[in-house]
Amino acid sequence: MLSSFIENASTYGVDIDRLFLLITILVGFWFIIAEAALFYFVIFYRRKKGVKAQYITGETKRQKRWITIPHNLIILCDIVIIVAAIMVWYKVKQSLPEPDEKIRIIAQQWAWTFVHAGPDQILDTSDDITTTESLHIKVNTTYHFELESTDVVHSFSVPAFRLKQDSIPGRVITGWFNANKTGIYDIQCAEICGLGHGVMFGKVFVESSDNHKKWITQNLNENRGAVVADVNKDKPIKISNNNG
Amino acid sequence: MVNNISDTDSLSHKDHHTEASFWSKYIFSTDHKIIGMQYIITGIVMAVIGGYMAYVFRMQLAFPGKAVPGYGLVSPLDYNMLITNHGTIMIFWVAMPILIAGLGNYLIPLMIGCDDMVFPRINRLSYQIFFISTLVILISFFVPGGGFGGAWTAYPPLSSEAIYNHTPWGAPLWVIAVALEFVAFLMGGINFITTTMNARCKGMKMYDIPIVVWMIVIASIIFMASVGPLIAGAVMLLFDQTLGTSFYNPMNGGDPVLWQHLFWFFGHPEVYVVLLPAMGIVAEVITVFSRKKLFGYKTILYTTFATGILSFFVWAHHQFIAGIDPRMANIFTITTVMISIPVGEMLFCYIATLYGGSIEFKTAMLFAIAFLAEFLIGGVTGIYLGASGTDIYFHDTYFVLAHFHYTFFPIAVIGFFTAIYYWFPKMFGRKLNETLGKIHFWGTIIPFNGIFIPLFILGMGGQHRRIYNYNHFPDLSTPSQQDLRVFATTSMVIMLVFQIPFFINFISSLFKGEKAGNNPWKANTLEWTVPSPPPHGNFAEMPEVYRPPYEYSVPDMDNDYCPQNCSGKKI
Repeated sequence: MLSSFIENASTYGVDIDRLFLLITILVGFWFIIAEAALFYFVIFYRRKKGVKAQYITGETKRQKRWITIPHNLIILCDIVIIVAAIMVWYKVKQSLPEPDEKIRIIAQQWAWTFVHAGPDQILDTSDDITTTESLHIKVNTTYHFELESTDVVHSFSVPAFRLKQDSIPGRVITGWFNANKTGIYDIQCAEICGLGHGVMFGKVFVESSDNHKKWITQNLNENRGAVVADVNKDKPIKISNNNG
Repeated sequence: MVNNISDTDSLSHKDHHTEASFWSKYIFSTDHKIIGMQYIITGIVMAVIGGYMAYVFRMQLAFPGKAVPGYGLVSPLDYNMLITNHGTIMIFWVAMPILIAGLGNYLIPLMIGCDDMVFPRINRLSYQIFFISTLVILISFFVPGGGFGGAWTAYPPLSSEAIYNHTPWGAPLWVIAVALEFVAFLMGGINFITTTMNARCKGMKMYDIPIVVWMIVIASIIFMASVGPLIAGAVMLLFDQTLGTSFYNPMNGGDPVLWQHLFWFFGHPEVYVVLLPAMGIVAEVITVFSRKKLFGYKTILYTTFATGILSFFVWAHHQFIAGIDPRMANIFTITTVMISIPVGEMLFCYIATLYGGSIEFKTAMLFAIAFLAEFLIGGVTGIYLGASGTDIYFHDTYFVLAHFHYTFFPIAVIGFFTAIYYWFPKMFGRKLNETLGKIHFWGTIIPFNGIFIPLFILGMGGQHRRIYNYNHFPDLSTPSQQDLRVFATTSMVIMLVFQIPFFINFISSLFKGEKAGNNPWKANTLEWTVPSPPPHGNFAEMPEVYRPPYEYSVPDMDNDYCPQNCSGKKI
């Protein structure tokens, strides 16, 4: 259902979409019942000449059933939602499947910097490829990302992957994703980060294995040198500090 | 059935007081009614300012980069300032002062049969501090660098370091204003709790207290128990901003996530702090206009307590993806989803109250029904956000924004209008015009849905909050999405235009409205047994209560209502 609003391009996106559907069915049921009862009562019991309102306390056991039965059913629905939500959460955020590749994402006011591991698939080596704004990944590959921030709280969000993670200055947050559809998708910063928050955009290029290889060889020749050295020099990245 | 207080009694009562000057009567008054009105009027003025801000940034979103009529070009810094202060003002300077401080002050002594608050001078001090906080937040828009623009949640280090937020004056002033405002409401809260517990009139037992009074008292308790950590947090934030400490600065060993915990430990109970008084108002109104006893008074009361307690254990659902331990999210998912049980039960009781009623569609009743209908949307969409799995996707999208506007708008705006259409006759002695009221009602409710339903759709499409121009994002600037934004903005402007009948109605009814008399709605609670407007000291003779507050349509009685102080046949 969610995928009719925005396409899904990651493996766990399907789980989130399914959870969305489950919640929609359960809460939709209660929503319709409650609104229907409300409007039915409002219309049916509107003031009519000579009809007096009934005196109902709602405190006898018989009357309380109208509250306790829905109450128990809601508990049941809640348990279903909680179990389903935790299962999805466990898969997306709590478990960390073995990675095929690693990338580093560095957020700063107001740009994304991506460090790709390069051909040796190891970060912090001389063949790393550093880019800003565009992230290049291989389709059907499990990636671990290390999310860092150099200044304020940002949030790395790729709606098409159903992926979102705040970056906290001073911490390295590890997470994962596996894109299963080639294409170009938006990256947004989801946490307000000051003046340029609205222009802190990026693109993620999900490429087939061959195209990705091509991109790596192309950029290895062009990029080797300055940018790579620049990033490797300071790790962990120094945070500029206005106090000292 | 005769009310045991007549107009002449109260006139003689008035004579005991010496005629006070304008200043001591209306500006530095210790009378709970005047203080209540001061809060309400300040709240209305701030609502106009907050609404104007919403108008400016909605126009920017619908027509990015074009000059907004009545404002001019909106820069990104302006945009951040506007959204930040729109949120801050609407919650802290509109919902809180009107629903808790304003109505609480006005109603509690009248409804529990007391001549004033037990600490009238603390009450006056409370408003004065609140007024200063209002001035501080207003001044903060005009200092060098402009008002604070780090969102109403003020996450550090953005809020704590001027090099990041570019508002060296605006940010500290924002913190000072918010902290002062909390101090004011702490004093008000002391008064509400003490007065209700100790100063009830003779015969009023715990279960005879009207629900709205209970709800305001419980809200005050929740507020007082939750605000401490945030005041401490705000002081630390202020020190970070001005003295160079580093409570939240990770470079020097601080932790930015600490603020998030302190903020949301208060911030989530705060939702219930404003929700409960609005629920209370609605309870009063639906019983009166359906001539029904409240369905399950005790059930509602206990679910309110349950909601209040549970609200302290849900705060981290705002931080699921904020870098907290992922295992913690599981606990907070359980507590958050569980809160749907007491709140759902409460709403069922309200809907059941309408069953078998004799419903009269006065404007106040229409607003009360709209509250229930609209708040339900806010309630059910909250489940998506409380469930950690879907929150990964929805966090910080317009889905969240639409969700909490579907809770806060019914609370702060519909709840307020319910109250004002219902209690205006008591406050000013004259009724509001019903025709203008109904125009205002439909002109508010229909455009309200027109604003926020498109925003749900945009949120599901992955549109994030607090971005001043979506043209930078190709996936978010398709023509159909832009149409939705224009539709929302148009609805918003229509809704603002339809507030004009309300202001016309309010002012003209003050002078020309139909005289209300003591009890125009034939209601049971004690405030309707005194003249409208009530004199200083409220009751000529202290009332005595013989029955619960919602005895409407009791069988074998001549009238379909039976005021609490009516000493007739015991039920």
